[in-house]
Amino acid sequence: MARDTSKVAVLGGNRIPFARQNGSYARASNQDMLTAALDGLVSRFALGGEVLGEVAAGAVLKHSRDLNLTREALLGSALSPRTPAYDVQQACGTGLEATLLVANKIALGQIEAGVAGGVDTTSDAPIEINEDLRQLLLEANRTRSTVGRLRLLGRLRPGQIVPALPRNAEPRTGMSMGEHQAVSTRRWGITRAEQDEIAAASHQRLAAAYERGFFDDLLTPYLGLERDQNLRPDSTPQKLAKLRPVFGDGPEATMTAGNSTPLTDGAAVVLLASDRWAKERSLPPLAYVVDAETAAVDFTSGADDLLGAPLYAVPRLLARNRLAIGDFDFYEIHEAFASQVAMTLKAWEDPAFCSERLGLDEPLGSIDRERLNVNGSSLATGHPFAATGGRIVATLAKLLAERGSGRGLISICAAGGQGVTAILEAA
Amino acid sequence: MSDRYQSLVSSPLGKAVGKRLGLPVPPRIRRHEPGMPVVAGPVLLGGARGGGLRDAAEDALRSIGAHVLASAPDAGEDVRGGLAALVYDAGGIDSSERLRAVYDFFSPLLRRLEANGRVIVLAGLPAEAGSAGAAVAQRALEGFVRSVGKEVGARGSTAQLVRVANGGERAIESTLRFLLSARSAYVSGQVISIEARDAEAIETPGDWEQPLDGRVAAVTGAARGIGEAIAETLARDGAEVVCVDVPAQGAALSAVANRIGGTALQLDITGADAGPRLADHAVHRHGRFDVVVHNAGITRDRTLARMSPQEWDSVIAVNLTSQERISAELLDRDLLGAGGRIVCVSSVSGIAGNRGQANYATSKAGVIGLVETLAGPARERGATANAVAPGFIETAMTKAMPLGIREAGRRMNSLAQGGHPADVAETVAWLASPGSGAVNGNVVRVCGQALLGA
Repeated sequence: MARDTSKVAVLGGNRIPFARQNGSYARASNQDMLTAALDGLVSRFALGGEVLGEVAAGAVLKHSRDLNLTREALLGSALSPRTPAYDVQQACGTGLEATLLVANKIALGQIEAGVAGGVDTTSDAPIEINEDLRQLLLEANRTRSTVGRLRLLGRLRPGQIVPALPRNAEPRTGMSMGEHQAVSTRRWGITRAEQDEIAAASHQRLAAAYERGFFDDLLTPYLGLERDQNLRPDSTPQKLAKLRPVFGDGPEATMTAGNSTPLTDGAAVVLLASDRWAKERSLPPLAYVVDAETAAVDFTSGADDLLGAPLYAVPRLLARNRLAIGDFDFYEIHEAFASQVAMTLKAWEDPAFCSERLGLDEPLGSIDRERLNVNGSSLATGHPFAATGGRIVATLAKLLAERGSGRGLISICAAGGQGVTAILEAA
Repeated sequence: MSDRYQSLVSSPLGKAVGKRLGLPVPPRIRRHEPGMPVVAGPVLLGGARGGGLRDAAEDALRSIGAHVLASAPDAGEDVRGGLAALVYDAGGIDSSERLRAVYDFFSPLLRRLEANGRVIVLAGLPAEAGSAGAAVAQRALEGFVRSVGKEVGARGSTAQLVRVANGGERAIESTLRFLLSARSAYVSGQVISIEARDAEAIETPGDWEQPLDGRVAAVTGAARGIGEAIAETLARDGAEVVCVDVPAQGAALSAVANRIGGTALQLDITGADAGPRLADHAVHRHGRFDVVVHNAGITRDRTLARMSPQEWDSVIAVNLTSQERISAELLDRDLLGAGGRIVCVSSVSGIAGNRGQANYATSKAGVIGLVETLAGPARERGATANAVAPGFIETAMTKAMPLGIREAGRRMNSLAQGGHPADVAETVAWLASPGSGAVNGNVVRVCGQALLGA
């Protein structure tokens, strides 16, 4: 199997604007949105009727009927139905992990080109029947006699009508992601002001990027929405300071709806290919995928922060590539919460953490804020879980193409104590 | 695209009532469908003594596969179906007295022209006429053709004057094909000039059904309406189409591009970087553009006294300045391939003016000026620049007009009906064809011979 690997180019991306929960896409399904994102990509690169190596995408919140979500979306798109597809699911890391899966196959020469991405809806969420009722129905299915079935019917209780809603909570701790991050925020001593500053910058930078037409070739309007619905161009730390905390307790609570990402609907995809494939079609690469690293942490015992896995992944990624944290022109740190970003920066500057947890002689170092999330990130765009990776990869690739040189770092934290990170370099 | 009035007066009852009331009955005009012959019936070819276009016309007609007659057969003999087209070389008419020749030729034949028939008068350029008398006579043909157009329009037929420069005789086939065919259904009363060009500048498409095979075309405003039809038609003719529209129209644009296997390019053509971005797209993805169709346009109608500066500025910026800038960028960077085609969409409003459209009419008259200035540079590089000027076309834009104005717009033309976006698109496709290399600097109206500005 050993063979030379080839370079993997990011040729571009497409996403639909992200909508707030029960906003513009309240009645759109994951399949609708992923199909729309794919079709926008197809038209941008004239891929109508083309057979690609594969399409890999996924959703975090998924109906059980969507067992073949990506394949179904592909069949509804303008791509050739002869393009294979499969679903990927790694919580908020889905989009980036899908990108890496496709990129690795291209690198190995197994395929020449593929699409990766993700979609999520919090509006058209799967609602399951009550677990008690489900068990009862399953038992009825196993029971042969009519009398036995009637007896089971007698066990029906009004409370069993209450459906089970998907929860944004860790199954092993019962705590929501926000509650987990509130613990981390306090542990790392992240202030309210720091968080609000990050949030305001995210909105202002995203608005500026829209104004200069940065997203003209990264986004296709959908259902009447032309920009991210969550974007507040006039956001300031002063305005954000007025919001009431929603996670954490007492006077120390600092996390608000303004400095945490809202529930969002949307989809994003990226086009990846070998240089040869790109050249044949005269599609100029924006950037190349250099390397990636995924990490997981022990958050159930409380030893690590739930959203702290990237703190471990990035140092390993840097070491393998003989790079220092300062060697990047752009940093894309997914803003699950402003405090997650602040925590990440703080941890890498912290001698104790870097020595005890990362085993480094010196702190990893600081990140220049002027190179961090320069066009805003999830606090402003919103965060349809599986769609975030595709959004970030395409955004960073275009930033690198505009600059014409340099490299960028991506860091995405995910539920379950995981983190996916990657390096792109300019083409 | 529903014209309820036309359906009503075409019904048996409506016809009877309409006739009694003297209402106009719009003819059902035949439009091109794939597989249709260029011309369905016999073509009668005649000419005045001294004309030099008859041989070229005959060759072109034979290449088209037309059944050419040299003289009118006796009525009732082998022209049971009548005549599909009358083509007459009037280039030899060199005095006003000799204009009698067109009367002599057409007067007895006009009644034998079938519905959806075609009248084409070939002539010389008045400027090249050998004498003052010849120049006057050649100029006079314009009035003749325009009147014939109004007379035959009631049956869906059209009439055109094609002026051919000395040295342009061998370049008439693509124009004859277009004018004879159902592709020119809504074009009537037009004067089209054909330049002298070197023989090598005139390409003959290998396949007249796919003349744009291997060519790259950019169409602005391609998300809907006329632009969408242009993109579809150029793709049908074999072109790889880059569909351009503002980012806000991206969803519709993407759907159009995917339907025709083209590319969607979201671009605000009024942006300062629009020219460079479009040019970069050409360089990176295709190396060049062969065809550029400046179609994007907006209206912000209001009488001049009430018009806001923004309403003035936005219309001029979208409809005119963008066309100038993008054309200049593509020409400066030499990205319009040899044999390149620039087609600008003007408007009958730009010719006639229109109440409440001072901004729009100014921009669209400016487009005609742009084509006049581009024709020279285009000629130098073996390219062409032309304009189409649509009249009343059934689109979402005209659907939004008040009923009275809309009905007047629809009926006040020789065909008594509105045109379809496809009618404009077919005209653009003819100008974009590699066979139309000698059609340069023209403004061709697609208006059913509207009374406005005629």
